[in-house]
Amino acid sequence: MRSRIFGRVSSDIRRLVVMTDKPTPILELLNIGKRFPGVVALDNVSLSVDTGEIVALIGENGAGKSTLMKILGGAINRDSGTVKIEGKEVEIKSPSEASALGIEFIHQELSVLDNLDVAANIFLRREPTIGGPLKLIDRKRLYSEADQLLKKLGLDLSSRTSVSRLSIAQQQLVEIARAISTGARIIIMDEPTSSLTLTETQRLLEIVMDLKAHHVSIIYISHRLHEVEEIADRAVVLRDGRNAGELARNEINRDRMVRMMVGRDLKEMFKHTGNGNHKENYDWFAVEGLRTQRYPNQPISFNVARGEVLGIAGLVGSGRSEMARTLFGVDEAIEAKVKLNGKVLSFTGPRDAISHGVYLVPEDRRNCGLVVDFNVRENISLPNLDSYSTAKIINSARETTAALNAVKSINIKTPSPEMRAANLSGGNQQKVVLARWLTFSPKVIIFDEPTRGIDVGAKAEIYALIRKLASDGVSVIVISSEMEEVLGISDRIAVMHEGRITGILDRPQFSEEAVMHLATGAAG
Amino acid sequence: MKKELGIFVLLIVLCVIVAIVNPNFLLPINLQNLARQIGAFGIFSIGLGIVIITGGIELSVGSMMALLGVLLSMMLTEWGLGVVPSILLSILIGMLLGLLHGSLITRLNMQPFIVTLCGLLFYRGLARFITKDETKGFGTVAGLDFLRYVANGNLFGIPMPFVMLILISIITWVVLHRSVYGRYLFATGRNAEAARYAGINTKGIVTAAYVISGALTAVSGIIIAFYTNSVSPANHGNAYELYGIAAAVLGGCSLRGGEGSVVGILIGTALLQVLRNLVNLLGIPSSLDFAVMGAVILIGVMADQILTERRNRRQVAMMRESTKRELPATE
Repeated sequence: MRSRIFGRVSSDIRRLVVMTDKPTPILELLNIGKRFPGVVALDNVSLSVDTGEIVALIGENGAGKSTLMKILGGAINRDSGTVKIEGKEVEIKSPSEASALGIEFIHQELSVLDNLDVAANIFLRREPTIGGPLKLIDRKRLYSEADQLLKKLGLDLSSRTSVSRLSIAQQQLVEIARAISTGARIIIMDEPTSSLTLTETQRLLEIVMDLKAHHVSIIYISHRLHEVEEIADRAVVLRDGRNAGELARNEINRDRMVRMMVGRDLKEMFKHTGNGNHKENYDWFAVEGLRTQRYPNQPISFNVARGEVLGIAGLVGSGRSEMARTLFGVDEAIEAKVKLNGKVLSFTGPRDAISHGVYLVPEDRRNCGLVVDFNVRENISLPNLDSYSTAKIINSARETTAALNAVKSINIKTPSPEMRAANLSGGNQQKVVLARWLTFSPKVIIFDEPTRGIDVGAKAEIYALIRKLASDGVSVIVISSEMEEVLGISDRIAVMHEGRITGILDRPQFSEEAVMHLATGAAG
Repeated sequence: MKKELGIFVLLIVLCVIVAIVNPNFLLPINLQNLARQIGAFGIFSIGLGIVIITGGIELSVGSMMALLGVLLSMMLTEWGLGVVPSILLSILIGMLLGLLHGSLITRLNMQPFIVTLCGLLFYRGLARFITKDETKGFGTVAGLDFLRYVANGNLFGIPMPFVMLILISIITWVVLHRSVYGRYLFATGRNAEAARYAGINTKGIVTAAYVISGALTAVSGIIIAFYTNSVSPANHGNAYELYGIAAAVLGGCSLRGGEGSVVGILIGTALLQVLRNLVNLLGIPSSLDFAVMGAVILIGVMADQILTERRNRRQVAMMRESTKRELPATE
């Protein structure tokens, strides 16, 4: 069933590779140390990778994974330790030196240039030329070679297509094509599936397995532990900048990984304290026929009780974020009838939503949630400045007091409210976004992927805050792509597929299967 | 404040050098002239700075000044409007033009550079057309003493334009650095999307910046028109927008938006005018005037950048020190 990139590899050969005496690892990082401003540091971290091995590198955010990989990729210099490629000590001082050694990076944030076509992206800086002083690009070779690569990756499109017209998954494959075309021996993938759908993820994992079959070594960084379970030969766990342990293929399972990552069990994170009081106020917040620009022909209707957490599940692209943005007024609605406590709300922009007590904690924290160059105080007070000012002049004492209270009440870890938001960790940034809405008296809060890119410890705090809001009588909507999260936090789950709500599950009906069933389009 | 400090030091150093080489620099008459120029140029530079803080640009300042200048002359000498209506009308036209720019930029999503470049061309052409390319003056119309005083007079020995600049600076300082509008302005300039998610009316904020700039350009324009006492539509105010942009950038405004301060813009303006003065006083051929200015601006911005980099490095080093204590040594 599995499609192969480079054709079939006989299982005999693979067995042979496994059976031979342990060869020199293709890559060894030994006792790497790195002191780094702020939170991240590496302390005597070691990592080795064999030829054709898939090593998962896991750990909470700030555990040092990225730093270690940046050192390997030549983006930053280490303070101590050695790097060996095939047993030979090497110095990697720049990304191009890493590339020359056969190390390629597939970044979490795509680094394709969307103003160029696919072929131009694949062969960027390695364009085949027809020679001569002008170094004219050999367009024929460029496109035919690129087309071949795409075919190998099972990507059914012309290399002349502009990258801007590709889906995120396809763009990611273009990056992988680029890495393969350089003849990379070691490919580092940093959260490659974070924005892919289930099928796309599956496709990517197959490609990773095929790369392995062709003796390419993969370092696979992911927060999605089931992917690690599925493909990794070995899992290396980092915690607080040190090696926290390693798991061999047959030892890899979710619980073990989580315990190594955080040193405690995940289950305690969701202490579900069901709220009995929401039955009586079932349509406290009622959305009746909301039509978004993305899916203008799919009116969405649902309601949320006071004190209820409604989870919204669904695949990427199912229209959940668009729904949230439209409810908050950032996107203009085609049609919207929204009632809060029986009163019809009208809003033409976030300002109106805010004045009605409807708030959004957006998905993209750094670009939409916060002004990262502003400090914590300024970020918290931003939407509520008028209440800290007299005659439009800001009263800085009152503003600071409010910020200090917020910092204390939801435990934002910052040395002072004057700290730039950019310097905070993801979890604390998320708390700042939330803190600004808590300075009002919220009636409805919509969280869009509240814990994306947030480490396990901070996640637990965010969940506790969400539950706290609900128990204070706020209607909470949580959009989440993480199955565990949506199952753990919600009182009910609405599942969306291609702009429609395909079903709403009550707590007794909760299961991964039920959600997936609805998310893939089956009627509820 | 740190950002302004470097440029302030540069200003002081330049003043000291000029004063040593040519003590005439310190003559009251020279200082008064200098202050008058700083006043006239500073007022519109502040407006431009506010636009730059939104991440935009306003290129039509000079042309707008020419247009408003000839209109002012026509209002006073040909149409017989009174002094007060003429002043108010000038400022109103400036604000309307700013409103036009701001609306095109925020409602139609046009690029500020293009919109105001078209303004630069259009207003200049219009000024030349309605005057048939003739220079306009203010003749012997009665009742202009007040305007002449505002442009050429002194208050306790301090030139009036400078007094006006100080007044306007105090107001804009409060607006920019203490008011809700100012906070919204910086938020919008730095990250318009996040500002919108916080419920800020970003379109209104940006439009208001162009309106303020238009108003301040008009005020400056009135002063400069009476200072030169005649308005030649083809040359009046030529390239003044560049003085404003240079002053704002020297003073710490970033063309990326979200950064800048009134004090910085003031120091930047002062520096530019001292440079023009310096070319005169040091007997540098006036043909070199722009070259000197370009060189000094470049050096100033470069020095500031180098200092910033060094400060960042020092901060990183300090953080490294503090983390060293928390982490056991790796070796």
